[in-house]
Amino acid sequence: MIYSKIRKVLGNIYLVFILIFLYAPIATLVILSFNSSKSRNRWGGFTFDWYGELFKSATIMAAFRNTLVIAFLSALIATIIGTVAALGINNMRKLPKTAVMAVNNIPMLNADIVTGISLMLGFIAFGISLGFKTILISHITFNIPYVILSVMPKLKQTERVTYEAALDLGATPAMAFFKVVFPDIFPGVISGFLLAFTMSLDDFIITHFTKGAGINTISTLVYSEVRRGIKPSLYALSTIIFGTVLILLIVSNIAQNKIKKK
Amino acid sequence: MNKDLRKILAFPYIIWMIGFTIIPLSLIFIYGLTTRDGSFTFANVLSIFTRDHFKALMLSIALSIISTIICLIMAFPLALTLKGKKLNKGSLIVFIFILPMWMNFLLRTLAWLSLLEKNGIINTVLKFMHLPGLNIINTPAAIILGMVYNYLPFMVLPIYNVLEKIDDNTINAARDLGANTLQTIIKVIIPLSIPGIVSGITMVFVPALTTFVISNILGGSKVLLIGNVIEQEFTKGSNWNLGSGLSLIMMIFILISMAFIAKYDKDGEGMSV
Repeated sequence: MIYSKIRKVLGNIYLVFILIFLYAPIATLVILSFNSSKSRNRWGGFTFDWYGELFKSATIMAAFRNTLVIAFLSALIATIIGTVAALGINNMRKLPKTAVMAVNNIPMLNADIVTGISLMLGFIAFGISLGFKTILISHITFNIPYVILSVMPKLKQTERVTYEAALDLGATPAMAFFKVVFPDIFPGVISGFLLAFTMSLDDFIITHFTKGAGINTISTLVYSEVRRGIKPSLYALSTIIFGTVLILLIVSNIAQNKIKKK
Repeated sequence: MNKDLRKILAFPYIIWMIGFTIIPLSLIFIYGLTTRDGSFTFANVLSIFTRDHFKALMLSIALSIISTIICLIMAFPLALTLKGKKLNKGSLIVFIFILPMWMNFLLRTLAWLSLLEKNGIINTVLKFMHLPGLNIINTPAAIILGMVYNYLPFMVLPIYNVLEKIDDNTINAARDLGANTLQTIIKVIIPLSIPGIVSGITMVFVPALTTFVISNILGGSKVLLIGNVIEQEFTKGSNWNLGSGLSLIMMIFILISMAFIAKYDKDGEGMSV
């Protein structure tokens, strides 16, 4: 009895220790974003100045817009291509299916640096100039596999019989798909989209190799700033991003729990 | 719609994958195995044995093995404690541990730079308490710290996923048969969580081995890893043939890791997101 209590206490201490390790750097960024002293090791008083500067900076705002537009478009296109592909793959015979799924795993298991370099070489070989387009294509490429992996399990759970029943009852194939199959796989499609969106937001390495000059996302902007010396407005940006992610995740968490309870 | 017609649905995807995954990867092979004028050579690949490149590769392997081991040592008890709390999936505690992972990778690494710098926050606090300073910025130790911090969730999640699936009755049975806690962990829980452990090891080892960002930010320009060497060949040196040749060496390690996953995590238990 005493042993299990000790174990429980030790377990909790360990959890707290890991939490401090995980959150200390993030807390640092948040605190520094309100520090009016430019120096990192002195507290010069509370200020919102860096937030004002952040919204005035055209480069940061442009990078922020690029990041969101690329994340949204790449997730959307990858979701469409991926969902349609999952339907096709599901109808394949075993051998081609295994082959396709093996290729599907390549972008996920490959190191980002190799994926980035290979795409860059590809774009240059085909004479596509590096820029917004190439970042978008690259993000779609590494997003599609995640969509397929989210949709396939849902597709396996749906019964072919229900689709055929709809056809027997006079539905056109398109109607049968949208009224019967699609509602079943919808949760998979949505989680695929969200996963793709966050993968795109977080990517640095592949963007770094495929972006060319003159365009930045938040990640590539931070990377170039770090080498020149960090401006406090970047701390403000990190705080805003962290806050947004926190709110989005809490909202989606509550929404999911509500759906489960129903 | 007949079956053949439905297979066509996969066509756009297959063309996309050929155009943007298979052809680009083949280009790495072509560049890596040719000279600048296009004649066949092994020189780019073999240049890994030149002194600087070999040193960078060995350092990368050493640092990524150390980080992987630290991640494993930290993650297993964490996953075990989380399982012991009998949380349902999507509960708040699990969520809190996943949250930092959603923060931008570069911003997280930037945060460690602010903490570790010579006049950074940790040193300011240590100085205030009259303790000796911590001078690990721009050393391999800082890089290991950055790797552990960034890749720890990749180790926790697969192990937690597998532990969650272990039936409590299996553990209780071991207890009833007289095993103590340690014996239960070693003889029952660890063997059952091998798929998760192997996935976790691979998911930490591969990005750690190939990183150039963490070493660049936390190692200054003083520590060169194999990822830095390759990145510089493409962005600064612009010897793409050499860079591709070295990438092929890296791909060998990635293939070995994939083979490990295929062997120990057949059902992809650890990989499920």
